[in-house]
Amino acid sequence: MMKIAFERPRSMFPVPTHYCPGCGHGIIHRLLGEVIDEFGIREKVVGVAPVGCSVLIYNYIDCDMYEAAHGRAPAIATGCKRVHPDLIVFTYQGDGDLASIGTAEVIHAATRGENITVLFVNNAVYGMTGGQMAPTTLLGQKTTTSPYGRAPKREGYPIRIAEMLATLEGATYIARVSVHSPRAVIAAKRVLKKAFEIQINGLGFSLVEFLSQCPTGWGVSPTEATKWVEEKMIPFFPLGEFKVPKNEKLVK
Amino acid sequence: MDEKVLITGNEAIGEAAIQAGCRFFFGYPITPQNKVPEYLSYRLPQVGGCFVQAESEIAAIYMVFGAAGAGARVLTSSSSPGISLKQEGISYIAAAELPCVIVNVMRAGPGLGGILPSQSDYFQATKGGGHGDYHLLALAPSTIQETVDLMMDAFDLADKYRNPVIVLADGCIGQMMEPVEFKERPSEVFPPKDWAVTGAKNRPRNLLKSLYLDPEKLEQHNLKLHKKYLEMAKNEVRVETYLTEDADIIIAAYGTVARISRTAIKILRKKGIKVGMVRPITVFPFPYETFAEISEKVDNILVVEMSLGQMVEDVKLGVCGRANVHFYGRVGGMVPTYDEIVREIEKIRRSQVS
Repeated sequence: MMKIAFERPRSMFPVPTHYCPGCGHGIIHRLLGEVIDEFGIREKVVGVAPVGCSVLIYNYIDCDMYEAAHGRAPAIATGCKRVHPDLIVFTYQGDGDLASIGTAEVIHAATRGENITVLFVNNAVYGMTGGQMAPTTLLGQKTTTSPYGRAPKREGYPIRIAEMLATLEGATYIARVSVHSPRAVIAAKRVLKKAFEIQINGLGFSLVEFLSQCPTGWGVSPTEATKWVEEKMIPFFPLGEFKVPKNEKLVK
Repeated sequence: MDEKVLITGNEAIGEAAIQAGCRFFFGYPITPQNKVPEYLSYRLPQVGGCFVQAESEIAAIYMVFGAAGAGARVLTSSSSPGISLKQEGISYIAAAELPCVIVNVMRAGPGLGGILPSQSDYFQATKGGGHGDYHLLALAPSTIQETVDLMMDAFDLADKYRNPVIVLADGCIGQMMEPVEFKERPSEVFPPKDWAVTGAKNRPRNLLKSLYLDPEKLEQHNLKLHKKYLEMAKNEVRVETYLTEDADIIIAAYGTVARISRTAIKILRKKGIKVGMVRPITVFPFPYETFAEISEKVDNILVVEMSLGQMVEDVKLGVCGRANVHFYGRVGGMVPTYDEIVREIEKIRRSQVS
């Protein structure tokens, strides 16, 4: 009898996603599904979907879910977790959602030390609305609302969310990973697992920032997009763990 | 029977919520409702509840979304500018059909306005408030005792209809003291919250959402909500009529203004002028029928509000041209006195005689 070497995680619905070719969301969804399965927590997990391309994450992950308004997911997660401290609550948010309209919500959820896990997907652009400038858009990057390229004097600088949140006493675990190569994906999964472990052990707020490719929003091919992450995004958004609990080993 | 306690409206709101089984409060400081969160911040931990001071009004209403979605009885309170900030979340809560209670201790606007009492958020409370086609059940108490009773009813109504309920108080109600009784209530059975987000154990997963990209499905969703509002209009209208039987002129007023009108009516009756009052207790659903009936019996109705004319529009819809509808309002935190109301009635009476 043949051994099954690779299969869909139980916590994912057996459906194709709506994401564009080369998009990073599918990979990150899969990592999430695998982590939920490996901890065996599907029946205890509650997700909060954002506004943006990944609002439809609830069509792919088979667990109880809320759909939030733009930026408000950490507040919804707070309300849920305060009612049911025994549930495992995550939010899944893009850069426009978390780093722009929802900046206050994520900072204060972190500083209160809410025992939740935030998956923050940074692809340097507003994807769903058609490729507008995001708070994480790089200097010089052209988008539909920064057609001359982002210039500090006109559009200001991109925000490094992981570094910023790592300054907060209330945050427990803050890391940045990438999903642009198989090696990066494997490392990303280890970090995501760590973030959920922090929550399962009741240690407090954890956030994983994923650098993710958006070929459609960037106007490049999927292959070029992975190169762009490597060559442009990582130099500005360095990968690593920015805050880890005392007495905890780094993942790497 | 329980003892009466002397308590401010704001504290009574907090205690009534606890007596109604609410264990979660999320809010943000704003005058003149501050005693509500202050009271609950020390009271909720005593009963195993949870108080969170949110970073903003917006975050507070989404914490309510989260807690309501998780199946809890949950409260937030604010005053006018803060309620404006919450409107986005209220629309989402109504759309996702989550039960919760929102208290607006109204102050004068527009903008930052002032901190003194007003009734100028009537439109916002009764006509939707945020984006989209939705309604809140809106309850308007005029005494502290009624505030307590309506607060407890509010949680029941929210659960019954899976709909947010707003208690529309004002700075007077919030800050004055009156003796009140927290009455023992019959335990009611509500439908199980089998839609709540509690972890998908031994059941298909639950999803709380408001996005319907297919217009036919979104229309169906809107029609379903609308049906609920029609049900509320059929079952939940509450109105008090005061000395209307022999009245020649009717005052229409709610909340604080209804209290003042009651005094004005006593003065007018001593002068031999037969005045009565129709006092809406629910302002959504509105007692249109009562006004339709009363307009067959009297020629003149005076609407008095702490606004420049908001409820008067609903009164006119109920009256439908069968009687003259007059209006008197004070704004900016100015409260109409009973003398002013007496003068307005006398003016109407003179104009009818001449």
